Amino acid sequence: MAIPTDPTLAGVAAAPPADVAKADVEVALESLSQWQLAWRRFRKHRMAMVGLGFFAFMILVAIFGPIIMPFDPTNIPGTTNPAGYPPSLAHLFGTDTVGRDVFAMVVNGARISVAIGGFSMLIAGFIGVVVGAVAGYFGGWVDNVLMRVVDTFFAIPLLFVILVAAKFFGQGQVISLIVIFGVLSWPLIARLVRAQFLSLREADFVEAARAVGVRDGRITFRHILPNAIGPVIVAMTLIMASNIVLEAFVSYLNFGISANQTSWGNALANAQSALGLGNWWWAFFPGMAIAVTVMSINFVGDGLRDALDPRTRL
Amino acid sequence: MPRIPQTQGDPPPSDILLDVRDLRTHFRVMDGTVPAVDGVSFQVRRGETLGVVGESGCGKSVTALTIMRLIETPPGEIVSGEVWFDGRDVLQLSQDEMLDVRGAEMAMIFQEPMTSLNPVLTVGDQIVEAVVAHKKINHRAALDRAVEMLRLVGIPEAPRRVKQYPHEMSGGMRQRVMIALALSCDPKLLIADEPTTALDVTIQAQILELIRKVQAETGTALLLITHDLGVVAETVQRVVVMYAGKVVETGTVDEVLQDPKHPYTEGLLASIPSKGMRGTRLNVIKGSVPNPFRMPVGCRFHPRCPYAFDPCPDHEPPLDEQGNPERRVACWLHTKPPFGLEHRPRYGTATPLAVEAAGEAVR
Amino acid sequence: MSGLGGIPPEARDLEVPAATVVPTNGSGRGGVATGSSPAHDEVPAPPGDGTALLEVEDLVKYFPILGGVLRRHVADVKAVDGVSFSVKRREVFGLVGESGCGKTTLGRALLYLQPPTSGRVRLDGQDLHALKPEQLRRMRAKMQIIFQDPYGSLNPRMPVSDIIGEGLLAQGLKDHRVRMKRVEDSLEAVGLRRDYTRRYPHEFSGGQRQRIGIARALALNPEFVVCDEPVSALDVSIQSQILNLLLDLREQFGLTYLFIAHNLSVVQYISDRVGVMYLGRMVELAGVGELYERPRHPYTVALLSAVPEVDRARARKRIVLRGDVPSPVNPPSGCHFHPRCWLRERLGNPEICSTVDPRLHVVGEGHAAACHFADRIEQERDRAAKPVVAPASAPAGA
Repeated sequence: MAIPTDPTLAGVAAAPPADVAKADVEVALESLSQWQLAWRRFRKHRMAMVGLGFFAFMILVAIFGPIIMPFDPTNIPGTTNPAGYPPSLAHLFGTDTVGRDVFAMVVNGARISVAIGGFSMLIAGFIGVVVGAVAGYFGGWVDNVLMRVVDTFFAIPLLFVILVAAKFFGQGQVISLIVIFGVLSWPLIARLVRAQFLSLREADFVEAARAVGVRDGRITFRHILPNAIGPVIVAMTLIMASNIVLEAFVSYLNFGISANQTSWGNALANAQSALGLGNWWWAFFPGMAIAVTVMSINFVGDGLRDALDPRTRL
Repeated sequence: MPRIPQTQGDPPPSDILLDVRDLRTHFRVMDGTVPAVDGVSFQVRRGETLGVVGESGCGKSVTALTIMRLIETPPGEIVSGEVWFDGRDVLQLSQDEMLDVRGAEMAMIFQEPMTSLNPVLTVGDQIVEAVVAHKKINHRAALDRAVEMLRLVGIPEAPRRVKQYPHEMSGGMRQRVMIALALSCDPKLLIADEPTTALDVTIQAQILELIRKVQAETGTALLLITHDLGVVAETVQRVVVMYAGKVVETGTVDEVLQDPKHPYTEGLLASIPSKGMRGTRLNVIKGSVPNPFRMPVGCRFHPRCPYAFDPCPDHEPPLDEQGNPERRVACWLHTKPPFGLEHRPRYGTATPLAVEAAGEAVR
Repeated sequence: MSGLGGIPPEARDLEVPAATVVPTNGSGRGGVATGSSPAHDEVPAPPGDGTALLEVEDLVKYFPILGGVLRRHVADVKAVDGVSFSVKRREVFGLVGESGCGKTTLGRALLYLQPPTSGRVRLDGQDLHALKPEQLRRMRAKMQIIFQDPYGSLNPRMPVSDIIGEGLLAQGLKDHRVRMKRVEDSLEAVGLRRDYTRRYPHEFSGGQRQRIGIARALALNPEFVVCDEPVSALDVSIQSQILNLLLDLREQFGLTYLFIAHNLSVVQYISDRVGVMYLGRMVELAGVGELYERPRHPYTVALLSAVPEVDRARARKRIVLRGDVPSPVNPPSGCHFHPRCWLRERLGNPEICSTVDPRLHVVGEGHAAACHFADRIEQERDRAAKPVVAPASAPAGA
């Protein structure tokens, strides 16, 4: 047999520069999986790393909120001063019109925002991936029907749904907002997944898998889904960010979280009535919390977009 | 503002239309620097046809884009060199000044005509736009010029075709339009980057015949960039062979194709399957092109070279004259090696399968 | 001895149809490389025993074009329009033609990757159309494909061990250890290192990826392999490595290839017999020497003359075709080639060309052509061809 066991070594035997060949072997040793590679690319994205750091911090705040909250966000701490204190050591972010601690409100708002953004994202991701995959894989009339459903969802006005839902779930429940936002944002994911499936179904490597006799189920889960998932994850981060903004928006309009709970949107709505008084901290801290969180998530999405694209090279 | 290398030398004699001197274009990317073009020099006379040949990643297209000043900065950077074109160093011109040179005095055609034609303008409008921008004539005259150019490139029913959009034409037809567009302002230099690679062989024959014909009729100098030695053989007068960002051999087309001196050129020619080779093993160049982040030191071809000997891994061979100034080879086999090392091919010339797959750099 | 031939017997107990069991007729399969039959000879008759492994009869593949809001069937892309041929055991059958001629579709249709619209495909006597889906899936162990694009044909998220081993798993080789051994043997057979199994596609160069694609096809121990433009995406210096490898593997494992390519020099080098396709039809079929020396279809003549050659010493004559290939949705009537045909023009545009489809018919020994005037080619060819005027080597001023 003319085929050597180890072509690289055979090549070295025939060609002199041992150092060059050694360099090749060293490269060969650092064999990384796609996910390891993605993480490596992600780490090089400075803004994405900053975003990820802040976002992780927000999640910690949301989880451990009750422990770090110095005051109950809904109750007035031991003061009768309704006009509110400016930021001080006792009240880091000051107090609001009725004397509630703004820091506690922001922390509690983080719990609500992260919960609404995160869980609605998961709902949207789950429904979207399933519907999109079914439509994209089966094609034909199944695809046609599902895509018309998607079109219909795109046409539903948000506030109308919230008003209707309020009748069934009761006004201002976090759970109802999660369900509404999730159910309204899956069509975006479904469209994306379907498009990915349609193009990946024609990919040479899928054809190759079919050619060696791989069954349809495995093709879907081992070939198509892993390659479709990158753009889906990116889209999901964007949905999370936009749903956090949406919560603030509907709460600000008093259609969202009920006024006796404190979300970031509620805090802003309260602050608006008293902005003329020059109490900037009422609006500033909740506003900053929304802006920085949403920006962080978007940076993470940007980083993921580059990191998960197999075409991006190291 | 990108740093632009200062002109060091004097202008070339007036019969030299394009004089590229020690050009270096590097790309700085996340993981390091890619020396895509690394010390390239060659000349094109007025009215001459020159072919630049090499495999993917050898820097031939980047050379062309640098001459046209179309390198995106960043990540690209013209690190050093001079590009004398018609008496001036175009690297010293501002992008505004380049607008008057590009399209008017030097024009370029690309591999994929669809991406370089504007899909929302008729082909006539695109030619008119170019002509009006560079020549002081009115719209009416420019439209006549467009029809005339389409006729020149052999498009039937030119007056009707000028009103068509690119998508209404076939690939071969679009490449003809690209050529018409490029020649519409009587450029002194036409740069063709793989003009027939995307085309079928019968269409390629049409386009090559056309390029030869219009080149002869208009007297435009032609810089043809290709990987196909067959295309080179029938289209150009002189050849520059590039490998890993460097020129390894230059000469007339007969010299280079019939008497290749650089082992890379030799290997390339030998690996093309041709008529008499049935039943014999094809010659191969072992391994593959080097990873641009880890260019071999010394001669960049030495890890793949069947003749590599003492000086090759450590010393880069100069592009030395072989008899006349236009016949040059960068190989220690054809140059007196430094430091008293001898001509002593040590590793034989055999290329069995054993070494074919070996040393293929991980890219 | 190494490569797949060296695998232990237990590695072979794949649950494949009985017909797939390694033949014992000494054709080189099962590990005994004969090395006796010459890889190439100029006669159209292929090496091996000369029986047909693959028979294709009147194969048709149309792609429907759906239009309007209701997505009604408005027309067909007639990608393959009635093609018949057979490939003999251990033969390399070359299939050439320009883009859009249907050669790639033909390759996929006869493997039932895109089931044909009509027609019959028999592999080793088995009619593929008669197979149930599960039987067809089993049959795939015998018929494999190598793709053009070394980047798109490997799943970027799978390690090499899965890429190559997946087919073995799908064909019932459950034992992980045996499977890995087989994967490593395949890697070795294509000239890669055995320990590359844990790497991912992006860590390899184009040429290496193409070797992985070949190893994937080879791992199943197939008899018939469709090579769909396996070298056209590669650099010239890598191209020759892969061509050598394909020929070595054929010798070693007694493979039969359908080699699809647009590069006529490559097809000439590797094939025993060659078919030329134009707009969904086979227009000429002959042994490689015969086809390249004495083409009998005007399209083949023009195609061969269009290839630019490196050798400048030879006086070249060329027939440059006018116009482009028409759309396969509405191919021309009669002979599909007639609107571009130089021979028809020279013969004063006989009516038969545009009205009657010239079926592929025998014009010489082992040579068939689909032209009404195939016997007029040789005398007209020299008059129609014009010399290629390549520029003088040295510029005028030198």
